[in-house]
Amino acid sequence: MLTTGARTARPLPFSMGITTATAGRVLLQIRRDRGSTALILVIPCMLMVLLKLVFHDAESTFERVGPQVFGIFPVIVMYLVASVSTLRERSTGTAERLLTLPVQRLDIVLGYSLAFAFLAVLQATLSTLLAIGPLGLDIKGPAVLLMVIAMLGALLGLALGILASGFARNEFQAVQFLPAGVLPQFLVCGLFVPREEMHGSLGALAKVMPMTYAVQAAAEAAAHEGVTGVFVRDALLILGCVIGVLMASAATLKR
Amino acid sequence: MTGPEPVVLPAVSVFGLHVCIGENVIVQNVSFAVPRGAIVGLLGPSGCGKTTLLRSVVGIQPCTAGHVQVLGFPAGSRVLRTRVGYVTQAPSVYPDLTVLENLRYFSAALGMRGWRREDAVVRVVKLVDLAEYADKPVAWLSGGQYSRVSLAVALLGSPELLVMDEPTVGLDPLVRRELWTVFRRLADDGTTLLVSSHVMDEADHCDRLLLMRSGRLLASAGRDEVLEYTGCETVENAFLDLVTASAALQAAGDRAPVARVPAPLLTDESADADRPYFSSGARC
Repeated sequence: MLTTGARTARPLPFSMGITTATAGRVLLQIRRDRGSTALILVIPCMLMVLLKLVFHDAESTFERVGPQVFGIFPVIVMYLVASVSTLRERSTGTAERLLTLPVQRLDIVLGYSLAFAFLAVLQATLSTLLAIGPLGLDIKGPAVLLMVIAMLGALLGLALGILASGFARNEFQAVQFLPAGVLPQFLVCGLFVPREEMHGSLGALAKVMPMTYAVQAAAEAAAHEGVTGVFVRDALLILGCVIGVLMASAATLKR
Repeated sequence: MTGPEPVVLPAVSVFGLHVCIGENVIVQNVSFAVPRGAIVGLLGPSGCGKTTLLRSVVGIQPCTAGHVQVLGFPAGSRVLRTRVGYVTQAPSVYPDLTVLENLRYFSAALGMRGWRREDAVVRVVKLVDLAEYADKPVAWLSGGQYSRVSLAVALLGSPELLVMDEPTVGLDPLVRRELWTVFRRLADDGTTLLVSSHVMDEADHCDRLLLMRSGRLLASAGRDEVLEYTGCETVENAFLDLVTASAALQAAGDRAPVARVPAPLLTDESADADRPYFSSGARC
């Protein structure tokens, strides 16, 4: 093998400069597309309002379900946005072009993650404020925990979206992966039926699905004052899952 | 064209390149060299493997066999990423960003910072003559302007080798002429250009030609050499002549040899046995 000067000494698998430039570029694109931005921010709020109205006469159910959906809605919204926008990046050839430049895969994946994480912060803040304010959702723990859950959920959706875009050939397929990959998590996460009452195999299935932990952590935050050990464990589990999925999606970017 | 100095390695040297995708053989035993500072036209009908060949030169095509060496390094090497510019067939820039925003982002991706970055952006905007449209989103531009943005991105790093996949196809004649003027200026400044096209007329702008058909190379020679060899007036006829000849050569494979059959024309200086630049491990 040729040694080709000092510059080839391999430092990090990503570079700060290129990653932040990518995040800036993605944010610029998001800002241009005002309609999508508004939808991303407003949809979770709209769903919360809808939920409140649905359970108008069953206040206790809203108190139970309200926090849990903080682990669900952001996953779905962010999954859609992330999968379609990264798929566009792949299909227009810009991803390939970037990889012929001194850009590394993680630069692209982390750049997207940073940009969408910023969007997720806005989304989480908005829906939390709405829920504990006007909608009167009463939780025992600090409200900031709900925000943390919403953030983690958004990151999870983002990571799954980027990963799905690596396997989807077009936008239709990427969107179809939502009912295939995300809705099963939604069904078994414990929102409809407590996990203890499920059939054994389903309970086991729920245990390996990251959304379960998001929902569980949200319930934990609603039921206890302060930060509990279970909450921390679940949050770390989701974060680990996010990192794992992001690594896997970086591997799907090919030169 | 004779090689200027024997010390200078060709910008690109390809030896025995084979590319299979699944069962299909896309490129078959292709060997050629591209001298530095020349405009080399890769011509052939659609689907003959031009894009695959160019992708192999850029190092993004997994190849089945053979060596591709670019500027003395195996194709796709890390060091080549700032020294080789690649313009894909479909312009690959972000349509929702403006020309300047695209160029700023891609220059950041090349690792440029501060004034060097602004300098590079201004230089390429002038070079491809897009100053008027610099603040417009790329999606608003016409097809020709769109592909010039893509070209500008490739020029950002002042690459030594510029690989372009059909950059002039589908453009109006005036824009095409302008682009060829830009290409010639780049070549005069020492950039090597490898340009593909399925329009044979484009050969008139090239110093050397690579004629290709169904994955095989028919000729790698100076434009005039090709015309002289085939005795044709135009490159189009020369191409047809070479196609007929190679078909005859194939048909003659196991039957009685046909009398006068011109073999593919390969006049690369590198076609000698002493090829030091093929020896180091090309990554394939």
